[in-house]
Amino acid sequence: MSRAALLLLADGRFPAGGYAHSGGVEAAVAHNAVHDIHSLEAFCRGRLHTTGLTTAGLAAAAAAGCDPLLLDDAADARTPVPALRAVARKLGRQMMRAARATFPSAELDRLAAERPQGAHQPIVQGVAARAAGLTPRDAACAAAYEAVGGPATAAVRLLSLDPLAASWLLARLSTEADAVAANAAGAAARVETEGPDALPSASSPLLDITAEQHAAWTVRLFAS
Amino acid sequence: MHLDHPVTMPHRHTYSAEPLRADGSPRAFRVGLGGPVGSGKTACVAALCRTLRDRLSLAVVTNDIYTREDAEFLLREAVLPPERITAVETGACPHTAIRDDISANLEAVEHFDETLDPLDLVLVESGGDNLTATFSKGLVDVQIFVIDVSSGDDIPRKGGPGITTADLLVVNKTDLAPYVGADLATMAADAERQRGDLPVVFTSLTSDDGIREIADWITGHLARWRAKAAA
Repeated sequence: MSRAALLLLADGRFPAGGYAHSGGVEAAVAHNAVHDIHSLEAFCRGRLHTTGLTTAGLAAAAAAGCDPLLLDDAADARTPVPALRAVARKLGRQMMRAARATFPSAELDRLAAERPQGAHQPIVQGVAARAAGLTPRDAACAAAYEAVGGPATAAVRLLSLDPLAASWLLARLSTEADAVAANAAGAAARVETEGPDALPSASSPLLDITAEQHAAWTVRLFAS
Repeated sequence: MHLDHPVTMPHRHTYSAEPLRADGSPRAFRVGLGGPVGSGKTACVAALCRTLRDRLSLAVVTNDIYTREDAEFLLREAVLPPERITAVETGACPHTAIRDDISANLEAVEHFDETLDPLDLVLVESGGDNLTATFSKGLVDVQIFVIDVSSGDDIPRKGGPGITTADLLVVNKTDLAPYVGADLATMAADAERQRGDLPVVFTSLTSDDGIREIADWITGHLARWRAKAAA
């Protein structure tokens, strides 16, 4: 197992399209729910324990070798709104392109052939982690970190926040992100015996609602 | 030492700007248009569509920074049918979308390759950016950098990757030169100093025939690219 491979997969510079998405923070900024570093921290913490936990579970299960098509259905069931399903599949396609070029594997090729319109992004991330020789816990950690790293970076651009403060915030959340990843990996280990229902299904209805609204905006900086 | 052994990237043909798609069929020729805000990139794209659409099957990808204005302008001007124009969102980073992480733009151009058959040419218009903006060779086959005389006649002298390395440099709005005190001869000399043998076109895209030289340059490249791919 390569530590550097995990850093590569979780790096915001990994060319998989994440930079164009705010993880809901653009809509939250518009509603003034996020307006400074403290409200950003609250937003990120909420997202970590909801969307972050759910995507980390899916990524961990995919990295453990669970059937990615079953997991893709499980991801749909955990993503109630069409706007976020479309985003997850679009990012899944982009992640697939980058992953196949970076960590070539027959499992990635098979998933790409079976889901030409894209599997949910955390599933692709998990299969990519597997191809890179990483553990389910690693995949969960990458997904959990991304759940907060994306919005934090986007908020720096949207609100001109101090980037050093945003880094401080991410460091403060890192212990919680590790715990979320551990929970997610634990649930993923039960999928083999209990099926995908063992995976977390935490959701954040407000993120779902504002994502649908955001998708209809005509002027926006981020795709989601 | 020769490091580029064929087995190091066994699937490379699937991911980069090779002339054939994964299934072996040819793809469209891709032209990137970059340059500062307001220099005339969208006007250039619109004029190219009007000039070339009767001869070639065309599509356009725009990369607006925070609106869909460029895509909507092209739709409103009806330069192409709506299914041939799409907008990619760039999360406030127009240069990232064309250079560092081209995945969203590749999705868009490949979608055109799949849905529009035959397709000869895709124009990828960058969001207005700075003088360092360049397109990845994984995204486009050739790139055009558009500047204009009214932003200052010292821009070619300042250089930067867009000015120095673009396959074609277009200096637009030459009709405004007398009004803004721009010295076209100086701009031409500076551009030549920065670019060596790489071509430069001085034009005014608002004039009747202002796009012809650029359109001819593209069709020439398209023909040579096809001949090379077929060889």
